[in-house]
Amino acid sequence: MKIAWKEYQKDIADDNYFYARSCIRQNFFPGSEAAFLNILRQDLGRDVYEDPRHTSCTGIGYHSDIVPLETIMTVVARQFSLMTEAGYENFVPSCITSFGIYSEALELWHDFPELEEKAHEYLYKATGREFKKPKNLAHTSDVIYHHREEIAAKAKRKLVNVETGRPLRGVEHIGCHYAKIFPKAGVGGSEFPYVLAGMIEAWGGEVVDYPERRHCCGFGFRNYLVMANRGYSIANSKQKFESMAPYKPDFIVANCPGCAMFLDKWQYAISEMEGTFYGPDRQGIPVLTYEELAGLVLGYDPWDLGMQMHQVAVEPLLDKLGVEYDPSAKYLGKDGKFIGKPEECAIGSYTKNIL
Amino acid sequence: MVNWGYTITRVRRVDIDSNDMSYSRKLLAEFPELQSCIACGSCTATCTAGNLTKFNVRKLQTLVRRGEYEGVRKELEKCMLCGKCRLVCPRGINIRGLVQKLKKELPVK
Repeated sequence: MKIAWKEYQKDIADDNYFYARSCIRQNFFPGSEAAFLNILRQDLGRDVYEDPRHTSCTGIGYHSDIVPLETIMTVVARQFSLMTEAGYENFVPSCITSFGIYSEALELWHDFPELEEKAHEYLYKATGREFKKPKNLAHTSDVIYHHREEIAAKAKRKLVNVETGRPLRGVEHIGCHYAKIFPKAGVGGSEFPYVLAGMIEAWGGEVVDYPERRHCCGFGFRNYLVMANRGYSIANSKQKFESMAPYKPDFIVANCPGCAMFLDKWQYAISEMEGTFYGPDRQGIPVLTYEELAGLVLGYDPWDLGMQMHQVAVEPLLDKLGVEYDPSAKYLGKDGKFIGKPEECAIGSYTKNIL
Repeated sequence: MVNWGYTITRVRRVDIDSNDMSYSRKLLAEFPELQSCIACGSCTATCTAGNLTKFNVRKLQTLVRRGEYEGVRKELEKCMLCGKCRLVCPRGINIRGLVQKLKKELPVK
C-alpha cells in the first residue's frame, strides 16, 4: 500500500505524443492548446502529432447520463485507433474529463477484458478500424510538469513580483477527474497532487495552502448544465474563493478546462450578483491555465496566449510579473484584426494606477 | 444586481470555526458522558415521539454539540419524557435528563 504522496508517481513519456484536444478549451481558452503545441514543438523540440479526425470524447454527455458506456468506449477506441494508425504510443489528452474517461476505459478493460473485446468489435463493425491501447497515458499538465525544469532553464522571467522581489503566490487547483477517480493516474495521488504545485515551485513561485484546496470547483456537469442547479455550482466556487482570499493569492492555475472556466467566470458572476470581489481594488484573482503560466514564464505575449478571453482581468498579474504588453492590442487578433470587445465590467476592466 | 435566473445556494456545511460553541462546551462540562456517545441511534429508534413524528433526539444532540441551536428548542417540545432512550443507550447516557436540561436552558428560536 502506498502511504505517502511521493510514492504516487507515474511514468510520463518524454517525447512522441499523440495529442487529443479538448472540446471546451478551444472556446474559452483558445490560446492554451496552441501554446502547448508551440512550447512542446518549438521551445522543447518534441514531436507532437494531432489528427484532425479526432472527435470529442463525449465525456460531458457520459457524465450527464446521455451517452451510454458502450458508446463512449467505442469513441475512446476510435481515438486510440487514430493514434495506432499514426504510429504513436503516447496518448496525451488536453482535457481532464477526457483524461478521466481514457483512464476509466483502460481500467475497465484491464479488469473486464470482455469489455475491451466488445470495444474492438463495436469499433470494427462501425468503422472497420482497429486499435492498440496506448503504452503511456498522460494529461497535458503531466507533460508540462515533466518538462518543468527544462522550461525553467529556458525561462525569460520567474514567478516573482518585479517590484517587491517576492515570489508570487499561486493557488493550484486540480481537476477532480485528474486523480480523485484513479489516484495512481496522478502525480502525487488524489490527496497531494503535485502536478501544478511542482510547476509553480520550479518557476520561482510560492504555492498557497488553504482549507478548501482540494474542494471541487462546482462544475459537476449536470450541476451546471441544468439552470436550476447552477446555484449549487457557483456556491462551490464561492466556498473556494472565500477560503483562498485571505491568503491573498496573485493567481490561480488550474489543469482542468471546466475548473479554469468556472473559477474565472464565476468570479464575474459573483461580482455582478452580489458585488463581491476576491482580489484587491474591486479586482478578481486571475485564473490561468498551466500553458498560459508556462507561456508567460517563457516570454510569450499574453495576447498571443489568448489571455484577453479571460473574464477576470489579467493585467494586475502581468504588471507584477513585469510583462510588457500593449493594452491597445488586447482585442486585436491574428493579423491585427479586431475580434470584438466585451462590455465594460468591474472585474474585467483594469487601469494601471500610476502615482 | 444582475439576475440570471438562479441564485447562489447557501452553503450548508458545518462551520465549527464560526459557530457559537460556548453553550456546547458548557453542556459538555456538565454532561461529560456525552463524549462517549457513539451515535448508534438506539435512542431515536426506540423513541415514542419519534414513532409518531419526525422527532430525532440523536440529531438534536448532534446539532447542539456542534453549535447549531436554531429550531432545536421548539423540536424538543415533541419529547414525551418516557425515558426509553435512556434505558436503551449502550453508553448509559441520561438522555431524558439532557432533554430536560436543554428545554430549560435553550432559548426558543
